[in-house]
Amino acid sequence: MTSSQPNRIDDRLDAAWIWDRIARAVIFLGGISAIVFVVAIFAFVAKEGLGFIFQKLDLGFFFSSPEWRPAQEPEPEFGGLALIAGTASITGLAMLIAVPFSLGVAIYIGEFATGKVRETLKILVELLAAIPSVVWGFIGLTILNPIIIDLFDVPVGLTVLNAGIILGLMAAPIMTTIAEDALKAVPDSYREAAEAMGATRWQVIRQVVLPSASKGLVAAILLGVGRGFGETMAVLMASGHAINIPTSPFDSARALTATIAAELGDTARGSDHYKALFSLGILLFLVTFVINLLADVLVRKGASDRS
Amino acid sequence: MADGTQPRPAQASPAGPTSTPDASAAAICVRDFNLWYGDFQALFDVNLQVTRGKVTSLIGPSGCGKSTLLRSINRINERLGYVRTSGAIELLGQDILAEGVELTPLRRSVGMVFQRPNPLPLSIRDNVLFAYRLSKGGKTKRADEDQVLQEALEEVLLWDKVKDRLKRSATALSLEEQQKLCIARLLPIKPSVLLMDEPCSALDPKATRAVEELIWKLRGEYSILIVTHNMAQARRASDECIFMLMGEVVEHTATGEMFVTPKHQKTADYIEGRFG
Repeated sequence: MTSSQPNRIDDRLDAAWIWDRIARAVIFLGGISAIVFVVAIFAFVAKEGLGFIFQKLDLGFFFSSPEWRPAQEPEPEFGGLALIAGTASITGLAMLIAVPFSLGVAIYIGEFATGKVRETLKILVELLAAIPSVVWGFIGLTILNPIIIDLFDVPVGLTVLNAGIILGLMAAPIMTTIAEDALKAVPDSYREAAEAMGATRWQVIRQVVLPSASKGLVAAILLGVGRGFGETMAVLMASGHAINIPTSPFDSARALTATIAAELGDTARGSDHYKALFSLGILLFLVTFVINLLADVLVRKGASDRS
Repeated sequence: MADGTQPRPAQASPAGPTSTPDASAAAICVRDFNLWYGDFQALFDVNLQVTRGKVTSLIGPSGCGKSTLLRSINRINERLGYVRTSGAIELLGQDILAEGVELTPLRRSVGMVFQRPNPLPLSIRDNVLFAYRLSKGGKTKRADEDQVLQEALEEVLLWDKVKDRLKRSATALSLEEQQKLCIARLLPIKPSVLLMDEPCSALDPKATRAVEELIWKLRGEYSILIVTHNMAQARRASDECIFMLMGEVVEHTATGEMFVTPKHQKTADYIEGRFG
């Protein structure tokens, strides 16, 4: 209000006002588009698959039979149990590897490492998260495969074990980053208070830091599980892609995601096979949606508990 | 040296450790103590003694090194990682800066109360028993714990208020109750010294009064060193008073004397509010 007429408010529209409106509009569009895309994707997947699920798919058979023969003539079979078991076993094994690994790294970075070591480690973990999944699949195929064959004296190295290790290493970086954020959100005054009472570093972590970060840590694990469920390329390359309910880590298996990726290109648009693959997509969508929602709720609850 | 120190006879303290080599009246004795944060020197040749069983207050303007000195006595300062020191700090005759001194037993014999009440995000019961359980190596018999819990909370006049909600989170208490709880949790392991870093600065006047009365009640059984910005508090609630300026001890006398006849011009200026 540096106008020469101090009695009047200068109400001209200036450049700042115009830029403010433009910026607001662009940001609004950006924000709203995220929602629009999610809804659109869900609508598309549902349109292609939902009708098939309710009209043709025998859900009892789908959840109980391992017979996935979508191209069989005259009567194709859509049994999803082997695929579900494949995804579950690979993800489960991956989490057995990723959870201790990522929590350990997060605790080291968050509670022990200082200065340059800490910064370097954080950068390395983020770099690890940026490795494309096809590269991980390649590592599984060409490096881990012969190692598993040699080490365990088995005929095939493309197994649940291989895919689980690869997936565990893939999921660990993002889990580490989120777990470390959860540890960082624990107020330092808690650590100081406990240390001033004579607690050792481990006692501080075990009795104070981990319990107060527990919700964030669970969220990190859940996001890792979601990542495992959704991963496609690396699993396709490392698992052996065999329709089979795995009974040991040395069995080959096939994941839901890998099935879609491998078969969708060969199907006729609108055919039962095509629609069955979309049904798998809906299943995946629902599972990852629930997992992410759960993780989100836990993160928020953790944040509100602390305040 | 702190010329103004007035040695007093050691108080027979029922709870204090009895194995002191000399008959010195000092609970804490700081000798030629220097401290650097990186390249910045925060304390210069500090020499002082804290008389056993008395309340000694540390006063001085912001940044004069009061809190730094306090935080050196339980070595919590070292958490920062870039702290260097020289000189000696003796706790009941033992040099705590000597090589091989373990931090865990040191911190059990030196309790600290922080400026901002910092109960742990646990139940009231688990908070009070936290240090006790650490010292016992884990949970102990329920009956023993119940007794320790009740004694500690009664000592800080909190028992009647919280006895029905011991399982509730301690962070839900009022600030005054939290600060009393933070004092209570130190008592079960019988520290010989209590360090308090502006324990009332986050509290309202009524709560301040309550906590001050508590501090005065603990005097005798514990040797207390308290950092305060509040001149009236130092005057009301301490036996001796140490005035620090720019990382050095300027004056150390009986509280009554310092506020009536300060020896140094700087002290007089500060307590009369001309700076700081």
